[in-house]
Amino acid sequence: MIKFNKVTKVYHPEDLVLKDVSFEIKEGEFVSIVGKSGAGKTTLTRLLLGLEEPTSGHIFFEGADIHAINLSQLQNIRRKIGVVYQDYKLLPQKTVYENVAYVMEVEGKENKEILSEVPKVLEIIGLKNKLKNFPKELSGGEQQRLAVARALVNHPSLIIADEPTGNLDPYNTYEVVSLLQKINNAGKTVILLTHDREVVNKLGKRVITIDKGRVIRDEEEGRFII
Amino acid sequence: MLTNFKRIFKFAINDFSRNKGISVAAVFVLIVTIMLATSLLFFQAATNFLILQIQEKIDITAYFREDVEEEDILKARDEILKISPDIKNVEYVSKDQAMQIFTENHKNDDVFLKALEEVGTNPFLPSLNIKTSGDPAQYQEIANILQASEFGEIIDRVDFSQKKNTIEKIFSITSNVNNSGLLLSLILVIVAVLVVFSTIKLAIDGSKEEIGTMKIVGASNWFIRGPFIVQGAIYGFLAFLVCILISFLLTYFINQKLEAVLPGFNIFNYFLNNFWFFALIQLIFGVGLGVSSSFIVVRRYLNV
Repeated sequence: MIKFNKVTKVYHPEDLVLKDVSFEIKEGEFVSIVGKSGAGKTTLTRLLLGLEEPTSGHIFFEGADIHAINLSQLQNIRRKIGVVYQDYKLLPQKTVYENVAYVMEVEGKENKEILSEVPKVLEIIGLKNKLKNFPKELSGGEQQRLAVARALVNHPSLIIADEPTGNLDPYNTYEVVSLLQKINNAGKTVILLTHDREVVNKLGKRVITIDKGRVIRDEEEGRFII
Repeated sequence: MLTNFKRIFKFAINDFSRNKGISVAAVFVLIVTIMLATSLLFFQAATNFLILQIQEKIDITAYFREDVEEEDILKARDEILKISPDIKNVEYVSKDQAMQIFTENHKNDDVFLKALEEVGTNPFLPSLNIKTSGDPAQYQEIANILQASEFGEIIDRVDFSQKKNTIEKIFSITSNVNNSGLLLSLILVIVAVLVVFSTIKLAIDGSKEEIGTMKIVGASNWFIRGPFIVQGAIYGFLAFLVCILISFLLTYFINQKLEAVLPGFNIFNYFLNNFWFFALIQLIFGVGLGVSSSFIVVRRYLNV
């Protein structure tokens, strides 16, 4: 489903973020990509979403070279990927309902479908009674759950969670990780980028370890070892 | 397609109403800019009126010798009309008419009337008043032709040279006022346009992160850009409504005061007669400025 082929990213001559990174992720896998802060995890996400160009190498999503396709094709790929960020990246001017509805509107879904689907998703993640609230009126845990709801509502084939538990207390961390596991059990591919040792070790799934921009370990049922 | 349009309008209206402070600020600076542009039009109309008034008052008078027959003068009038297409009007004033005009103009001035009585006879010469549609240079040219041509023998004098300096001075002043007024207004309008751009940039700056998020979830550039552009159009449209109302009230109330300075210039009537022109200019200027500013700012963020 996803293939990184000898990807190198250099911002400035002295600032090497990724060096010859290669790995493949199959459909339905749950992969944790771990590493210290600044190891290059977020850059991997940005490259996969086509928000940045690799200095060299290629990234493929469902066979398409992300950086060789046109903008419209790239936008279609982005709609197949649900992303959850540590800082949530919600739309502050829109209500809880509108934040989730927006991604469906982007896809051109009918109003009828949006009206029936959004409340269902918000009910699943426990925000049904906050439909008209704005993100700033929610707690950190609620905002993260909203971000997950937004990532899920279009039934994407891939969920990328970039440090989704970084700002959460242990209870909310457990909630979000459980949610990601459920999504994976439903057949979706999940990529979890984290530096949370406890979360990774509990999962017991595939772990790719990145250090100083290089893949130093790639293990099935791996552990967080740096 | 239609659904997308509806959604873009819905987003724009929501964003407009949820950011009241910045929306009001954007509309306000647009109002100032449109009013500056409008005042530029009014200023131009007033100076054009003034120049026309001055042009109306300028004439060349060719005085004929006392012994010249009226028939010859009328012949000369017909010939003069053929000299140049710029000659608008040639009016014959006989000796008696000249006397009548003088007495009428000075009926309250005893000194002049007594002086005329003492002269005993009619001292005025028959004349032709010539008016052109052009600038002082044309008057000079016609004056030269009159003095050099076949009429030179029957013409006593042409009084243009005496008025020449005054006429040239007035024209130079009005032309300078017009040019510097235009330049100043243009500078003000440019400054105002930059202020509008900065205000709209400020309004959209707050949505920079939001634009990034919209890109991540796969929104097309037009789906992201659309609501900002519609918001710019809303700013412009509201500013236009306020400006057309201000223009109406302003011209209505300053009309009398302005007529005291510029007799015959009715700015309120001028506004009403050109209402659709003003409305169109204000609408195009307001909406155009709002839309183009939004377009430029969002495009910058979409490329990041």
